Amino acid sequence: MANASVAAPKKHKGISYEKWGYFFIAPFIIVYLIFNLVPLLQTFYFSFFEKYTNTATWETIERFVGFDQYVNLFTEGRIFSYLGNTMIMWVMGFIPQIVISLLFAYWFTSVRLRLKGLGFFKTVMYMPNLIMAAAFSMMFMLLFSNIGPINEIIKNFTNGEAFAFMGHTWSARGLVALMNFLMWFGNTTILLMAAMMGVDASIVEAAEIDGCTSSQIFWKIVLPIIRPILIYVLITSLVGGLQMFDVPSILTNGKGNPNDSTTTLIMYLNTLISRSKNYGQGGCVSVVIFIICAVLSMIVYYFFTDAGVEKREKRKSFKIAKGGK
Amino acid sequence: MATSKTKARMNAYDEDKSIGLTIHRIVCYVVLSIFAFLAIFFFYLLLINATRSHNEIQTSLSLLPGNNLLINLLGDKSGNSKFVGVLNDPNLMILQGLLNSLIVSGLSALLSVYFSGMTAYGVHVYNFPGKQAFFNTILLIMTIPTQVSALGFYNLMNDWKLTNNFIPLVIPAVAAPTVFFFMKQYMESSLPIDIVEAARIDGSNEFRTFNEIILPILKPAFAVQAIFSFTASWNNYFMPALILDKPEMKTMPLWIAFVRGRELATLNFGEVYMVLALAIIPVMIVYFCFSKFIVAGVTLGSVKG
Amino acid sequence: MKKRILTALLASAMILSVAGCDSTSEPATTTAGGAADTTTAAPVADDGDTTTAAPVEDGDAAAEQGKVLNIYCWNTEFQERYNAYAADVGEAHGVTVNWVINTNEGGVYQNKLDEALLAQADAAADDKVDIFLIEADYALKYTNSPYCMNVADLGITADDLANQYAYTQQIVTVDGALKGVTWQATPGLFAYRRSIAKEVLGTDDPAEVQAQLSDWTKFNDVAAKMKEAGYTMLAGYADAYRTYSNNVTTPWVVDGNLVVDDNIMKWADDTKVFQDNGYSNKDVGLWSDAWAKEQGPEGKTFGFFYSTWGINFTLLGNSLADANAPQEVGNGIFGDYAVCEGPQAYYWGGTWICAATGTDNTAVIADIMKKLTCDTATMKQITLDTQDYTNNKAAMDEIANDPNFGSAFLGGQNHIALFAAAAGNIDCSNISAYDQLCNENFQQCMNDYFMGTVDKTTALNNFYTKMKDTYPELNVPQA
Repeated sequence: MANASVAAPKKHKGISYEKWGYFFIAPFIIVYLIFNLVPLLQTFYFSFFEKYTNTATWETIERFVGFDQYVNLFTEGRIFSYLGNTMIMWVMGFIPQIVISLLFAYWFTSVRLRLKGLGFFKTVMYMPNLIMAAAFSMMFMLLFSNIGPINEIIKNFTNGEAFAFMGHTWSARGLVALMNFLMWFGNTTILLMAAMMGVDASIVEAAEIDGCTSSQIFWKIVLPIIRPILIYVLITSLVGGLQMFDVPSILTNGKGNPNDSTTTLIMYLNTLISRSKNYGQGGCVSVVIFIICAVLSMIVYYFFTDAGVEKREKRKSFKIAKGGK
Repeated sequence: MATSKTKARMNAYDEDKSIGLTIHRIVCYVVLSIFAFLAIFFFYLLLINATRSHNEIQTSLSLLPGNNLLINLLGDKSGNSKFVGVLNDPNLMILQGLLNSLIVSGLSALLSVYFSGMTAYGVHVYNFPGKQAFFNTILLIMTIPTQVSALGFYNLMNDWKLTNNFIPLVIPAVAAPTVFFFMKQYMESSLPIDIVEAARIDGSNEFRTFNEIILPILKPAFAVQAIFSFTASWNNYFMPALILDKPEMKTMPLWIAFVRGRELATLNFGEVYMVLALAIIPVMIVYFCFSKFIVAGVTLGSVKG
Repeated sequence: MKKRILTALLASAMILSVAGCDSTSEPATTTAGGAADTTTAAPVADDGDTTTAAPVEDGDAAAEQGKVLNIYCWNTEFQERYNAYAADVGEAHGVTVNWVINTNEGGVYQNKLDEALLAQADAAADDKVDIFLIEADYALKYTNSPYCMNVADLGITADDLANQYAYTQQIVTVDGALKGVTWQATPGLFAYRRSIAKEVLGTDDPAEVQAQLSDWTKFNDVAAKMKEAGYTMLAGYADAYRTYSNNVTTPWVVDGNLVVDDNIMKWADDTKVFQDNGYSNKDVGLWSDAWAKEQGPEGKTFGFFYSTWGINFTLLGNSLADANAPQEVGNGIFGDYAVCEGPQAYYWGGTWICAATGTDNTAVIADIMKKLTCDTATMKQITLDTQDYTNNKAAMDEIANDPNFGSAFLGGQNHIALFAAAAGNIDCSNISAYDQLCNENFQQCMNDYFMGTVDKTTALNNFYTKMKDTYPELNVPQA
């Protein structure tokens, strides 16, 4: 499999090509260092300072405080409820998204189904992602507003009482999740499809001849092959989810209502830095967000990559070998 | 849930191939049609609203076009209002905005897929010392939210006198961690190293191998990421809002914010949706140009041989 | 094919990036009519060599005057006024106007303005901010800063300003010195449906309706009657907010302490009653689609608090059945609205013109201010042309006393007369630099209380937390 081939160059004797790697990664590194590293280090640095602009006096306050802001952040604890909000809304959107996307990608690439009109379906799925979040949410609000078509239907069952979608915690979170889902399922479908197209049809055919069922083919053959892309989808979606900002922010006018239940980590960060340029507290929150993102991504990455997976796979296939046939 | 049903269908298919397959196909078509409808619906609604007046949009939802298309585009000639129309407003440099967006997004997409793809290739093919550390670092970088360093970034650009310039919006695209990560993962599942070795034996130098052999093979992956990068850059409001304020430099998201930010007495949703529609049409065209890679489903057959 | 597209893209990009670079050293001229080519660019120096030049003498009209007038604003309203009524002033002084327009959304306008003002001292003469515009909700942030010139130092005298409404000066006066001027006054009124008034109150005469709405107790009584008749008194939860928040006894922030005035709490309590009794619709905010619909033919709401600019633009637009048909009786509920003073005087909106410290265009700024905010003839014309209510007692009284003046939309009523009366009663001595977000956040947080999601204490605490997050220098109470 792919992993074996990665190791191949080691065996290649003669001229060493390995140093070429540096040339290939150089532009990336140079650009990153020039444009991104300094601001990033600044962010870390500021997190140890109290640093903001006083709106009334225009003074910039700058004072070294060490870890005080971190201590405050954790003792106050709001960051955890914002993390909770973020994760809840992400999971609510991501689960349907990955299920639908896997299903569609499988349908689209299934040789056996031979669906017609696939060009149309494939093209259309990604279209919501072309609309910017601001426009999307404007239209979403038209649909779900008190006088929108959804509420016209609801009113038939409630004696004309409209349901305020953005006024209740779970419906507000649900709308955020639904919108994220609608905006991103096409994107994920395309990615998974690209991965599934890489699955050699002859392997699938061979499995069919051997009498594997569709679901066996899907779980035992297709899924393992597309695993790297699946990891990509999972991690980028997780990171994207943790960075969730524009959808809840636009839907709630930046306020995270009701009762702060749709305030995400980045919305909190944005509140800190938008007016008072509170780079101190903002830097501190940034570092914490960064650590959360990094830890979760690394867990996902190493959970699904070679070492862990191979162990689990072995155990499973052993079971199947014993009980399956 | 849909999956368990599908599984049931799949099993049924094994029992009775022809009937099972037909049912399965019907289920597929129904589900796909529902989602296709959802996907098109918002796009359609946006275009419909561009043909309606402010008050119509504000007070009711319609699925039929209104008769305000020309008014939104060229202004109110009847004299009922002083609305001059999206194309005739001297303050609203829409065509320039479209061009600016095209430049910024086009270049960003090109740079990010080419260079980040190249980086992924470098990591995939070569076993240089520090490779794993580099890979882990990019994975870490990817998790950093834009907002975290945006203000530092702005200050830096300000110091370098690069505000009101496209450079800060375009060049950083070279280092796109998500594109890198995707290409890396894609290569891992679909690009055997043998092909590189074959090229070496043919005497191809390393960069030529990448540009002339690997790039064409990975076209579908590049196309997909190009679309994603282009769209993301096209719809990006945050960075351009920090960097640009000269009207002739503004990109479309800034013009959308401009018409949305009009004083309440002259706020006109017909105008807002018209600008949105104008902003989405080019991105649609670009999408349809590239989408054939998605649709045609270019397989990696050539690699397998 | 795609190759060609890419090549074309790249080629055009090259050309444009070059053009883009060039244009950075050129003043962005979006002058009247957008005829960029007619503006023979005023001498523009490179950033590099003039940064140290041009010593600036505040307030000395005789000082050497610059040729580029940089105006910072967030929309095109002032630009339209300038182009229509004061462009000749700029021409007479030979200045080229450079509009720097940044949207208010996400605080972009204030951020850009702040950066420019902070860099003002080091900026080249032609790059300095000359005029900037502000709104009442954050006026104090700028008028209280060293970046805002005294109007008197521009050579504008008390005599020039005599016709302006007192409140419009009060907002921008710091320690007795006037810091800005405005061409508009924005007194608010209560616009109600004549048909509903007739049905429920037995009269649609503005004076008689006003008698039944003249204080909050009476107002609430009418609300109960409306409910009985199947109407709502107000459309949403925030409709009456301005009438309360304009009549407070303490500003939002006193000596760095966040204070919720009793009258603001009264708004929360009164609104809770309104919402629970069904006198207004739940979760309907200002400017939402449901709010706009209530103002139209299908609306079931008795009235709306609206100030000058809202009535003949927004309310009129929303009242029509067919936006493209002539605006006349028979189209929707055109003609069914009337206005009265309502329970309390208030204002809503308004834009002030300020001169930035360090400007090299004091003479032309003074003349623009005089033309747009002091000249009775010009201001009367603005009102007649645009229906905007201008900040000039003499001009407005003239129209108010004109027996032939009436608004067809308001059933022939002379609303200017009512505005003129209301404008004199506005008191806005209690403002702070933080009002914008205080008002926004307070309404938003209290909506959770109105919806029953949280209790009042939690809502208040949420408000305090939000304010502290945004403004770390504030001391916030604990509810």
